[in-house]
Amino acid sequence: MGIRVNPRTTQKIAKVVIWSAAILVLLLLFTIIIYILSKGIPHITWQFLTEIPSDMGKSGGILSAIVGTLAVTIVAIVVATPLGVGTAFYLTEYTRESGVTKIIRFSAESLAGIPSIVYGLFGFIFFVTYLKLGWSILSGGLTLAVMILPTIIRTSEEAIRTVPPMYREVSFSLGGTKWQTMTKVLIPSALPGIATGIILGIGRCVAETAAIILTAGSALQMPTSLFSPARTLAVHFYILASEGISLENAYATAAILIILILLINIGANLLVNRVVAKRR
Amino acid sequence: MSEQTKISIRDFNFFYAKKEVIRALNLDVRENEILSVFGPANSGTTTLLRALNRMTDLTPGVYMEGEILLDGKNIRSPDINISELRRKVSMVFEVPTPLPMSIFDNVAYGPRLSGVKNRVLLEHTVEESLQMAVLWDEVKDRLHNSAMRLSGGQQQRLCLARILALHPEVILLDRPCSGLDPVSTSKIEESLRHLKEKFTIVIVPHNVQQAGRVSDRAAFLLMGDLIEVGLTAEVFANPKDKRTSDYITGRFG
Amino acid sequence: MKMKNFGERIPQSLFFIIALSALTVLALITVFIFIEGVPLIAKVGFFKFIFGMKWAPSQGFYGIFPMIVGTISVTLGAIILGVPVALCCAIFLAEFAPRWLSDIVRPAIQLLAGIPSVVYGFWGLIFIVPLIRNYLGGPGLSILAGSIILAIMILPTVISISEVSLLALSPLLKEGAFALGATHWQTIRSVLVPAAKSGILASIILGIGRAVGETMAVIMVLGNAVALPNSILSPVRTLTTNIGIEMGYASGDHQQALFATGIVLLVIIMILNSLAQYSIRRK
Repeated sequence: MGIRVNPRTTQKIAKVVIWSAAILVLLLLFTIIIYILSKGIPHITWQFLTEIPSDMGKSGGILSAIVGTLAVTIVAIVVATPLGVGTAFYLTEYTRESGVTKIIRFSAESLAGIPSIVYGLFGFIFFVTYLKLGWSILSGGLTLAVMILPTIIRTSEEAIRTVPPMYREVSFSLGGTKWQTMTKVLIPSALPGIATGIILGIGRCVAETAAIILTAGSALQMPTSLFSPARTLAVHFYILASEGISLENAYATAAILIILILLINIGANLLVNRVVAKRR
Repeated sequence: MSEQTKISIRDFNFFYAKKEVIRALNLDVRENEILSVFGPANSGTTTLLRALNRMTDLTPGVYMEGEILLDGKNIRSPDINISELRRKVSMVFEVPTPLPMSIFDNVAYGPRLSGVKNRVLLEHTVEESLQMAVLWDEVKDRLHNSAMRLSGGQQQRLCLARILALHPEVILLDRPCSGLDPVSTSKIEESLRHLKEKFTIVIVPHNVQQAGRVSDRAAFLLMGDLIEVGLTAEVFANPKDKRTSDYITGRFG
Repeated sequence: MKMKNFGERIPQSLFFIIALSALTVLALITVFIFIEGVPLIAKVGFFKFIFGMKWAPSQGFYGIFPMIVGTISVTLGAIILGVPVALCCAIFLAEFAPRWLSDIVRPAIQLLAGIPSVVYGFWGLIFIVPLIRNYLGGPGLSILAGSIILAIMILPTVISISEVSLLALSPLLKEGAFALGATHWQTIRSVLVPAAKSGILASIILGIGRAVGETMAVIMVLGNAVALPNSILSPVRTLTTNIGIEMGYASGDHQQALFATGIVLLVIIMILNSLAQYSIRRK
């Protein structure tokens, strides 16, 4: 028989352990963020943001990487949003639970789990090679679109499901068709939730590296069309850091990435809070 | 009240999930009358109301037999345009449900769906509808505020105005006052008395007293059977069926 | 009137086609990766590919066993380090944290999930790796370094899904236990956690999936040596990093071998996903 410990004592020990775990997580987050920001922010200058990199990124700025990030992200969002939101509407409004919806949900959940390097392989063989799009903004953006599709499907579906069912009844009872009900009542009501999903998708695009290297390449030049190869901020940072090209510029780029992710997260949270506040 | 028949329900059976909700119902609604359809819970009153503009289509697992004739035309026939039907036979629900938009946009929602874009015409329709629903004076200065901020009673009158803007022929009211205070209730009942000059009204009242107060004729439904129908005064004073008198005097239900 | 019904029909079928996009993409990914990778597995032989100890593309050796061991060891390390912290944190959020504090911690964890994996890798390289090298010895680039980084990276997944399954429990469970005189901790340990078991299990499985699939963070801290490790301070290469490192210059058989590595990865992930989904559904 083991030693009997007073339940009150275990309660106290457990409480301490659990609180310290939570504090550890917060501490880790702040350490990482503050470390990167404090080393990086001093190197961010106006020039750094507005000049094209030169000498492999050793000097010059990161303008082409900013443009590259923007371009692949826009392609991804433009492609994934209608597909994701459309799928969510199909699942909530156009069908009842059935084998078909199960398969669609299973596919989306499976997509969410696939590692980004596998997306990279797929994007490389399908978009770059098979569809002959080459290493380009288009290939990179389409690969990212596939990656963020499950996020947009899930958040949109949740958002549409929180629209009170009576809104649909009212709209139908006033002679509204399904299409009218969707465009005039459901979409406006679910918009903040849908936007949250899109913002999270943007965050994922900005942060992604592995899938983009294999599909958009890592060209330093300013992209000129959808078919130009491009380098995103995350890829630029990876190359600067791993090849030891310029630690200063690496820190500065990382700091910009962190700031972007912070802003994106704050935006998503503001939207979520708005939805919650509205429901009260 | 005229003797002209507006809606004629013939041998109507309604099943939900294989359970019979309404059995062999024959009932006429006359033009410009207020007909109340009352009965205890689960007697099929709301179902009957929803069948009249085919809101029942939205519920999976329902099955119907028989005819519902609106001006002699069967609304259950497959070539009927459901949007048009619901504009002609419009419904106010038990729970006041303004859409999450302004007061103006709520009332203009129906006309806009049917393609009205002219601003002047819309403004005219909105004012007229709000007047008829006895809400205009309370909201005329804040038409562009959110409808969600109105009180429950105001919201329900807004819902009434919203269907009046469709220029319907028949108005269906499903326990429109069940959650409202006495003042709001009396305002809605007052507007109904004016409205019956232009419209045919079928109401499922939230209690027997309301049936007695507002309707010209009353129909008593019990467990899916039509027990008795007649002039409200007669049904209440001399019910022909014992079950009717038991219900009215509060012995069950 | 017929026209109107027709107009309503278009969206219906259009939405169906759109809804098939997720399935279509999943099928395309599977088909294309298999088409590229299977021929090489056939050429080398399934067992020689999976259990081969030597990876030397220039000499035609394609054995990925050291990388499978690498993936398993790093993932195991991440689970051992990360899961206890994550579960404590989930219990904290669901049971202990005052509202104002959980309103801070929850977005912080979400932020943790949003930080680019390259940043984690870089932070590991300049912060964790030197610590290991100086205090524990070895090159620093090691299973341990990778495990620590992955442990941090799986926190958001494990925390959020476990927390949701804890919060989804009926409050009656807790009241019942309290009514029997149990302390808060006894209630959590013997009533709440067992009741939320399936959700917690799913969160751990998804965490494993995340660790197995991570590439860029571990590429920078693992050392990437293709050899069986003999301690947690040895450098290793994982399945993902193998692809990440060599895809840039591979061609021919070599490139196909990387797709074949992708097949192994995809199969592992699909099995983990199915297990997690099964675990969540089974209530």
